[in-house]
Amino acid sequence: MYSFDFVRPATLDEAVAALAGEEAQALGGGQTLIPTLKQRLASPATLVSLGGIAALKGVSSSGGTLTVGGGTTHGTVAAEAASVYPALAKLAGNIGDPAVRNRGTIGGSLANNDPSACYPSAVLASNATVVTNTREIAADDYFQGLFTTALEPGEIITAVKFPVPQKAAYIKFEQPASRFALVGVFVAKGADGVRVAVTGASEGGVFRWSEAEAALSSNFSAGALDGLSASADGLINDLHGSAAYRAHLIGVLTKRAVAAAG
Amino acid sequence: MPKDHGIGASQKRREDVRFLTGAGQYTDDINVHGQAYVCFLRSDVAHGRINKVDTAEAEAMPGVVRIFTGADFEGVGGLPCGWQVTDRFGQPMKEPAHPVLARGKVRHVGDPIAAVVADSLEEARNAAEAIVLDIEELPAAVNMKAALEAGAPRVHDDLSDNLCYDWGFVEDNRDAVDAAIKAAAHVTTLELVNQRLVANPMEPRVAVGDFNRATGDSTLYTTSQNPHVIRLLMGAFVLGIPEHKLRVVAPDVGGGFGSKIFHYAEEAFCTFAAKAINRPVKWTSSRAEAFLSDAQGRDHVTKIELALDKDNNFTAIRTSTLANMGAYLSTFASSVPTWLHGTLMAGNYKTPLIYVNVKAVFTNTVPVDAYRGAGRPEATFQLERVIDKAARELGVDPIALRRQNFITQFPYATPVAVEYDTGNYVATMDRLEEIADLSGFAARRKASEAKGMLRGLGVNCYIEACGIAPSNLVGQLGARAGLYDAATVRVNATGSISVMVGAHSHGQGHETVFPQVIAEMLGIDESMVEIVHGDSSKIPFGMGTYGSRSLAVCGSAMVRATEKIINKSKKIAAHMMEAAEADIELKDGKFSVAGTDKSVAWGDVTLAAYVPHNYPLEDIEPGLEETAFYDPSNFTYPSGAYACEVEVDPGTGKVTIEKFAAVDDFGNVVNPMIVEGQVHGGIGQGIGQALLENCVYDENGQLLSASFMDYAMPRASDVPFYQVDHSCATPCTHNPLGVKGCGEAGAIGSPPSVVNAVIDALQSGGHNVTHIDMPVSPHRVWQAMNG
Repeated sequence: MYSFDFVRPATLDEAVAALAGEEAQALGGGQTLIPTLKQRLASPATLVSLGGIAALKGVSSSGGTLTVGGGTTHGTVAAEAASVYPALAKLAGNIGDPAVRNRGTIGGSLANNDPSACYPSAVLASNATVVTNTREIAADDYFQGLFTTALEPGEIITAVKFPVPQKAAYIKFEQPASRFALVGVFVAKGADGVRVAVTGASEGGVFRWSEAEAALSSNFSAGALDGLSASADGLINDLHGSAAYRAHLIGVLTKRAVAAAG
Repeated sequence: MPKDHGIGASQKRREDVRFLTGAGQYTDDINVHGQAYVCFLRSDVAHGRINKVDTAEAEAMPGVVRIFTGADFEGVGGLPCGWQVTDRFGQPMKEPAHPVLARGKVRHVGDPIAAVVADSLEEARNAAEAIVLDIEELPAAVNMKAALEAGAPRVHDDLSDNLCYDWGFVEDNRDAVDAAIKAAAHVTTLELVNQRLVANPMEPRVAVGDFNRATGDSTLYTTSQNPHVIRLLMGAFVLGIPEHKLRVVAPDVGGGFGSKIFHYAEEAFCTFAAKAINRPVKWTSSRAEAFLSDAQGRDHVTKIELALDKDNNFTAIRTSTLANMGAYLSTFASSVPTWLHGTLMAGNYKTPLIYVNVKAVFTNTVPVDAYRGAGRPEATFQLERVIDKAARELGVDPIALRRQNFITQFPYATPVAVEYDTGNYVATMDRLEEIADLSGFAARRKASEAKGMLRGLGVNCYIEACGIAPSNLVGQLGARAGLYDAATVRVNATGSISVMVGAHSHGQGHETVFPQVIAEMLGIDESMVEIVHGDSSKIPFGMGTYGSRSLAVCGSAMVRATEKIINKSKKIAAHMMEAAEADIELKDGKFSVAGTDKSVAWGDVTLAAYVPHNYPLEDIEPGLEETAFYDPSNFTYPSGAYACEVEVDPGTGKVTIEKFAAVDDFGNVVNPMIVEGQVHGGIGQGIGQALLENCVYDENGQLLSASFMDYAMPRASDVPFYQVDHSCATPCTHNPLGVKGCGEAGAIGSPPSVVNAVIDALQSGGHNVTHIDMPVSPHRVWQAMNG
């Protein structure tokens, strides 16, 4: 990697100040950024680690909302969200391997918005709110395409607020090499209806499958999806699967997610 | 009670203590005082003309010692190919130059253009980025079929086309095979791809070159399976360094799978540069570089036809294969699709007529060479898939069709130039049916179907030719080296033994197994015996480890040398006990005189050899050290029968392996635990090929599967618990241990049974699918199910 300065502030304010510097880059768990640096594909002047900010860490719940600090690792979510939001905990517990789960953070994953990452589907399907140092962003406004989000430069995800759904499940079909989602479907049945979010499949990143949402909102059963098929338009076509295959998987996995949600 | 000592004992691997506790000494652990680091600037286009390599700015950067380009290697030899194949028309194969650093053109992504030597690796990398390249990108030859068409981009401008050779075997059978196929009651045809693989040993390649100004000696530390072969090739053909001034050391090596047999440009570079700058030079491959510079494996496109008579007896086999050589001929590339492939096409079956045609093709891709099995998996896959397809077309049981055509009389001379000494394919299949519980399959299928899954059973046999190789035979076939091996048994004064072997252990467990053989022969404890390998200055001239040859060839040399030790020590013992040499017996580490209670211990005799105060100096020399070279009279022919059961998820196409049973005939087995481990590893690699691994280039020659993010390696969760059996042993008849070799069997024997099982599962679900190319990925299964 190229040389860079490294700071590890203890408070959010210090981090915000540090990120205002020239070519500063926030570092969460580093599960994407560190390999990128090692390959010399990024050259920030300053790396601002968010790992020293205690306020960004932790899982809490109250009044039907689960709040996960932006700096909370997948491993912590898997362990501490299990009783309140088991589908989310299960998703977190199946990201990468133990080493990844003990370093990677929810804020880092959402800020990166990898089109094959797991978390964006949970955030979008749960109609969660992304909380930053300056504002609150609704999930529907947050994801804006491949590796693109509503975050402004220097903006830090401090927490994610999940309204806990009545029923939910996430089914991931793994890409055989990376074990990221070739397609992942998160189904959540909340007070305002059913939301279905799909990751891994689209060239535009995570998206909602509205036809399935409509069908499931009136009848939350796998059978309600019979005859429904996702469009292959705009889906990823690569060496692990064609757009048509991904479209097929969206249908299969959505049914399985509904069945798993019970 | 299982043996705990000598031949047949499942002793734990003594080398694992250092490997598992971080005390192994790998090449990257070697740091020579004052060493500089090299970073290779590699081509990012598959094919291009080098107009200019401007190093001026880079040379001025901090820490740079020197920058080398192709021009620095004018007059230096290219990397040689060790096997000359003669084509169907009696002409030698085309052998283009393979420069250490590219000259004139770059021919694959990863081809090294320049090498920056600097005080640190970071400085070398910084300077490499500052080199200004003017490379005119040219259209690339990537697809083999297209590369052979008129007007295709030529990988080598000095060759008339991209065809390396057009090989026919056995050429004299060509017309007879054509006639037999024409006359057949049934012909089954199968077109298939045996996909390209990346070897991916856990340890990437490393080279450290060192030059001693005082003595003029060069030393290369390298990740090699055969240090003497590297010394010979690099010394004699590339750099012109005589053997006595060149030492090659391959210390602990973290896996090879074939990819560390070959002599690579980076080895020659580090040796050359160390002398040029009078400073040690170190290169450690990154994983990304390994994907672009380690020789890759397989990459055959084949059409096979199997002819049968009206009674379902095999009457002829005809195959036509395109074999990818990549951009240059790697060390043994030419031999893999020919002599290591065509000679195996008889398999376990008495097919009277066989003709194999192979066209080897140059393309703008990384060179292809031997990878675990090397030619034999390709042969086995074609044959065992086409037999399965034939059974389905004819409506007969695939196991019955195999049994009907088994070779049952040994020795058996195949129509493809080799003679199997032993085997018992019927007993092996019987045992497989038993341990794999094939009679219970129908019930298991029902249980899977109740869960909504399709279950399939696939069976196959395999034969391989190991113990490479009888030198006189391979010499006639074009090998440019002998393939014997050598061992020196040095008995020390107090009775401990150092054995210097030409074989190289990089995961095989030689340090454990070889002492078991000597312990058995001498009746002493294994802890008194230590194996020395990997350093050309310490070991006799042996040819290294590949082709499941170590115990069969080098082990035989060690047995012969130990026999000489026994003969000599009996002479000494006879003198000490004033008895006739013929009356001396060696048992449990003690020499005794038959019919008396007189005896002397092993250590007393060895001490007498080195402290010859009471010693027959007039008859024999002092000391106790013997060397033997062993050249096998034939290959060995391990064989086996494998069964795989899979479940296919009809919703996603995902294949899960539920059961895997392997019955192998390896002849005699020295350490059953290690043999079982070798089979486990081989099957794991075979399952990797069958379901996961795929090295893919796009039409411009860019490697798409260039990291573990896209190249799927098998993991523990991808493989089942294996049932492994080697009770059906027919010992090899021509080596002293009766051993056959077990290193590649699993990788050779497993892919066809996996694919056969998937086809069986899909057909049970009403899908008319007759073939799916590997890797049988969920996507491909879904495509096959959906026409």
